Amino acid sequence: MPREAKISALVLIILCGLGGLCSDVFFTSANLVNILTASATIGILSIGASFVLAAKKLDLSIGSFMALTAIFGATFGHSGTGIIGLTLLCGVVTGLINGVMVGFLKLPSFIVTLAMLGLARGVALVISDGDPIYDLSPSVIYIGQGEIFGVPVPVILFALLAALCGLILNYTKFGIQTLCIGDNENACARAGIKITRHNMILFSLSALLSAVAGLIYMGRVNAADPAAGAGYELLAITAAIIGGTSIFGGKTSIFGTVCGALILSVIQNCLTLLNISAYYQEILIGLILIFAISLEKVKIYPRGMR
Amino acid sequence: MTLNVSGLYKSYGGRHVLTDIHFGIKSGIILGLVGDNGAGKSTLLKCISGAEQFDHGQITIDGVAHSVITPELSRSIGIAMIYQNLDLCPQQDVITNIFLGQEKTIRIFGQNTPFLNRSHMKYLATEVLNRLGLDVDISQNVSLLSGGQQQRIAIARALISHPKILIMDEPTAALGIRESKKLLDMVRNLKMQGIAIIFVSHKIQDIYDVSDRILMMRQGKIITDLNKNDISLAELHKIMMNEEV
Ligand SMILES: Nc1ncnc2c1ncn2[C@@H]1O[C@H](COP(=O)(O)OP(=O)(O)OP(=O)(O)O)[C@@H](O)[C@H]1O
Ligand SMILES: [Mg+2]
Repeated sequence: MPREAKISALVLIILCGLGGLCSDVFFTSANLVNILTASATIGILSIGASFVLAAKKLDLSIGSFMALTAIFGATFGHSGTGIIGLTLLCGVVTGLINGVMVGFLKLPSFIVTLAMLGLARGVALVISDGDPIYDLSPSVIYIGQGEIFGVPVPVILFALLAALCGLILNYTKFGIQTLCIGDNENACARAGIKITRHNMILFSLSALLSAVAGLIYMGRVNAADPAAGAGYELLAITAAIIGGTSIFGGKTSIFGTVCGALILSVIQNCLTLLNISAYYQEILIGLILIFAISLEKVKIYPRGMR
Repeated sequence: MTLNVSGLYKSYGGRHVLTDIHFGIKSGIILGLVGDNGAGKSTLLKCISGAEQFDHGQITIDGVAHSVITPELSRSIGIAMIYQNLDLCPQQDVITNIFLGQEKTIRIFGQNTPFLNRSHMKYLATEVLNRLGLDVDISQNVSLLSGGQQQRIAIARALISHPKILIMDEPTAALGIRESKKLLDMVRNLKMQGIAIIFVSHKIQDIYDVSDRILMMRQGKIITDLNKNDISLAELHKIMMNEEV
């Protein structure tokens, strides 16, 4: 685990302490559940972002994919399972499109996914004619609002996906090769790692996770909204980076990323409790991102770094 | 195991880097390759390992002619190369670097799972590092190691695959005298085990000590191909210096 991940855990604890000082409401169980639930969508997106960043790539399309996958599922799915299945399928397919462009065509992921950010949002607006799709099936609503033993389903999904992805990152060939590709892609290619295939899987994973986030969001508001997830890519990447993921590739941890997502959620919660306008929240997120990146940038890089 | 290169050409953006290269190697032979900086040694070796694609020519391995070699193909044939730039992943640990692209996974009922078999990897890594006389913490970041230590990590990566053909591009460049000697002994040992070895070095003494045959390259061409026994070290030196324009 990178040292930064431990630091972000510490920051999270300190922020919670400050939250408690700011407001009596902070440590109520309702508020804590709120924080966790709010962190689930961003958190799930940021897990995908961690993998992509670890491989020295960028996926800016995840916020738009949240909307596109949900709109696609809600439009063409006629039952609960239909909506869920089609939403996830749409995630895999859109991810593969990114993967083909980055993997086969060797286009820079930054440009490809920036284009996809606009394109996917546009397609979502076209399919839905710009209007949200309401009155979804109860099973979709359950994903966003249900509880199991008092724990909200989004939180359970977040925890399960974090555990699963942590396992993949640390204990599988795919995970370790993701880090190596981010560190030295040419060396990996010469060592016989199938980079193209790897990138396809990587972007599919990221998009599949945005589809899950899209499902949760859709269930929470009981509508597939073509405007859902706008700007979430910024939040997700910020969460990953303050959790110790390197924008220069080769380093990430799911634990750190989860802490990062919780930090953002706690900050937003505190600002809300303090009645500070949401507009300032956006400014603050931008500043946090710049701060987190500059922390990484000023650090003297060990020798051997390209 | 035999490998024959014939009529190999390679250019970068119209500039010829390799012209009409012919040579062959077989098991149990060490081929020394020398030449000035920029002569094309590394490029030639990369063409064999699949890291670079050649324009024309053929590489025939055990009777099978290839006009294209990919990294996967060369690996599956049993070719391993130690690159001059070492090709390490600086932020990853020693064990990850040694097993790059050839990670050991846990097998269940004879089937590979996606899960890493860390204890097996640890065991193999420790063994190969012992052979190389390298005493480092295998969970350490390679960027924190010295140049010579890093070089031996790169060598360990090549050895761990049990290659049939081992290509070493300046493997002793960063090594101290004792470490170099140890490596040369090991190279001779590998030869005894029937591995074919191509060894590039600017240290003429090393090349002369270890090689059975010596190739000399200049400006993308092979200008001399000799049995070691047919030439003395002094003569070798002379050829290298004499033809220097
Ligand atoms: N990727 C590349 N693009 C363009 N030119 C290249 C590239 N790689 C090598 N060259 C050129 O090919 C020629 C041969 O380079 P190569 O690295 O094979 O030489 P070398 O014999 O290994 O030299 P050295 O002893 O310095 O390692 C050089 O003139 C070099 O500039
Ligand atoms: Mg060279």
